[in-house]
Amino acid sequence: MSPHSDWEAVRLSVSLALLTTLILLAVGTPLAWWLSRTRTRIRPAIEALVAMPLVLPPTVLGFYLLIGLGPNSPLGQLVAALGGPPLTFSFTGLVIGSVLYSLPFVVHPLQDAFRAVGREALEAAAVLGASPRDRFISVVLPLARPGFLTASVLGFAHTIGEFGVVLMIGGNIPGETRVLSIALYDHVETLSYGRAHWLAGGMMLMSFLLLVIVYGRQRGWRGGRP
Amino acid sequence: MTISARFRHRFGSFELDVDFTAPGRGVTALVGPSGCGKTTLLRAIAGLDHLDGGYLRVGDDIWQDQQTFVPVHQRAVGYVFQDANLFSHLSVRGNLEYGWKRTPAFRRTVAFADAVKLLGLDELVERGVDGLSGGEKQRVALARTLLCGPRLLLLDEPLASLDAGSKHEILPFLASIPRELELPVLYVSHDADEVARLADHLACFEDGRIAAIGGVSEMLTRLDLPLSRGPDAEALIVADVVGYDPVDRISEVRFSGGILLVTGACPEMGSRVRLRIKARDVSLTLEPPTGSSILNVVPAIVREIASGSDARDLVRLDCDGTPLLALVSRRSVRGLGLGVDSRIHAQVKSVAVLS
Repeated sequence: MSPHSDWEAVRLSVSLALLTTLILLAVGTPLAWWLSRTRTRIRPAIEALVAMPLVLPPTVLGFYLLIGLGPNSPLGQLVAALGGPPLTFSFTGLVIGSVLYSLPFVVHPLQDAFRAVGREALEAAAVLGASPRDRFISVVLPLARPGFLTASVLGFAHTIGEFGVVLMIGGNIPGETRVLSIALYDHVETLSYGRAHWLAGGMMLMSFLLLVIVYGRQRGWRGGRP
Repeated sequence: MTISARFRHRFGSFELDVDFTAPGRGVTALVGPSGCGKTTLLRAIAGLDHLDGGYLRVGDDIWQDQQTFVPVHQRAVGYVFQDANLFSHLSVRGNLEYGWKRTPAFRRTVAFADAVKLLGLDELVERGVDGLSGGEKQRVALARTLLCGPRLLLLDEPLASLDAGSKHEILPFLASIPRELELPVLYVSHDADEVARLADHLACFEDGRIAAIGGVSEMLTRLDLPLSRGPDAEALIVADVVGYDPVDRISEVRFSGGILLVTGACPEMGSRVRLRIKARDVSLTLEPPTGSSILNVVPAIVREIASGSDARDLVRLDCDGTPLLALVSRRSVRGLGLGVDSRIHAQVKSVAVLS
C-alpha cells in the first residue's frame, strides 16, 4: 500500500463525513424540531430509536444494515431494479450506514437548542405577525445557531471516526469504502506503526481542534453579544 | 366598534366561562385574584391558544367562531407579555422592525419614528437588548407591538416584573398610548394603583367568570363587588383643573359634585386629572361643618349602605353623578340616622392626584 492510498482514505473519509453531515442536518432538523415540540405518546419510542446507535455496538447496526441493504434484500433488489447502485460494499452503503450511525450526534444538540429557544420568543414572533415558517427561519434558526454548530461538528467528527459499521457493510475497497479508520487498522495489522501514527495522530489533532471550536463558541454565545 | 368575546373551556378542575362585550375605545382593566382566568382569556383573544367553541369579534371582523379561527399571526392584535420577550439575537432596532416589516403599509397606524418617540427610545435604537434595564425592555416591547398596527392591544401584567422605579417610568407611556392612538386596550393587572391610573372600564373576574363589567368609577364603588371590600376601598374621580393659588400652593379642580381643593403642585390649568379618594378618608356630617381644618366638603346623597368588617359600614354616596365611598362606624350611621336617600355632606380628608 502506497502513501497515496492513505491520502485517498483521508479524502474518502472527509467526503463521507461531509455528505453525511449535510444529509443529517437536512433530516435531523425537522426531526429534532418535531421531537422538541411534540406531545405525542410515541415520543419516547422515537427518541429511543434515535439514540440506539449510542448504546449499540456498531457491529450490530452494521450486521442488520448488511442484511437489510444486501443485494438479496427487498430494498437492495428494488434499488437494483431501478438501476441504482449496490447498497452494500459501496460508497452509497457507507453513507446510509453513517447517517443512521451518527443520527443522535446531530439530533440531540439540535433538540436541546430548539428546546432552549422557548415558547416565549415564538409567541412574541407570532403576535408580531410571523407565520410558523417565518418564525422558524427568523427566530428559531438564529437562536439555535450554537446547536447547529455543535451538531455539525459532532456529526462530522463522529462519521470520520466510525469503524464498525463501515467494516460490516463497506469492507475494504480502496477508493470506494476504504476509509481512514480502516486504513489505520490495516497499518496496525501489517505492523506499519509509522504510517499508523500519522493517521491516528492526525485524527487526534483534528478531533481536539473541532471540540475546541465547539466549546469555545458555546462560551462566546453564553456570554452574550456586544 | 366593540369587542365581543364568548369562551367556555374546561382546564382540569378550572373552567373559563366568559361572555362579554368590551368597549372599542379606552382601557378595559381585567382584575381579579391570580389564577381566575384573566391571562387565559387574553391568550385566547390573541389566538395564542385555541379554545374550542369560542366566539370572538373585534369590530366587524370575526376572529373566531364555529367555522373560523384566524391564526395568531394574521390577527391585527398587539400582545405585551409580563416579561418583555425581546429577541436576544436582534438589536433594539431589529426588535422594533420585526413586526413593522411584516405589517403591510396600509395597516400601519403609527410611523416608525413616532413610535420610537412615543416610548422615549431615541437613545436606545442602536443598542443591543442584553444591556437594557427591565423598564427599557418593556418600552421596546410596547413600541415593537404598536409598530405592527394593532387594532386591539392586550397587555398581560406588563409592569408586574418591574421594580417601583421602572413602573413609574412606564406608566405615563402606557397612559398616553390609548389616547394618542385611539387603540382599545385590554389590561390584566393585580395592582390597584395601575388600574386607578389607567383604566376607563373594569371587568371583575371571579373563578373564571366575569362577575361584572362597567365604568371604572362605578365598578370601584359597587358595594357588591370585592373591589370595595377591604381597608383600601376607594373612589376614582375625574376632574378638570380650574385654578391654582401659588401662595398657598393649592389647586382647584372641578368635578360633577363641585369643587375640590388639592394641595401641592398640580398639572397645568385646564388639564384633566384623576383623583383617588380612599373610603377611610371620607367622613359624613348632616350640616356643612364650620371651623374645620378639612378643606373639602361636598354635598352628597346616600345611595347604599353595606356592613363592612369590625363595626364599620361602607356607604356609597352620589355627588351629582360621581360615586364616592365613605367608611364610617356603625354607631355613626345609626346616630346620624343615615338611610338610603339621606342628604348629607361628605368631608374629604385627603385627595391623591394620579395624573
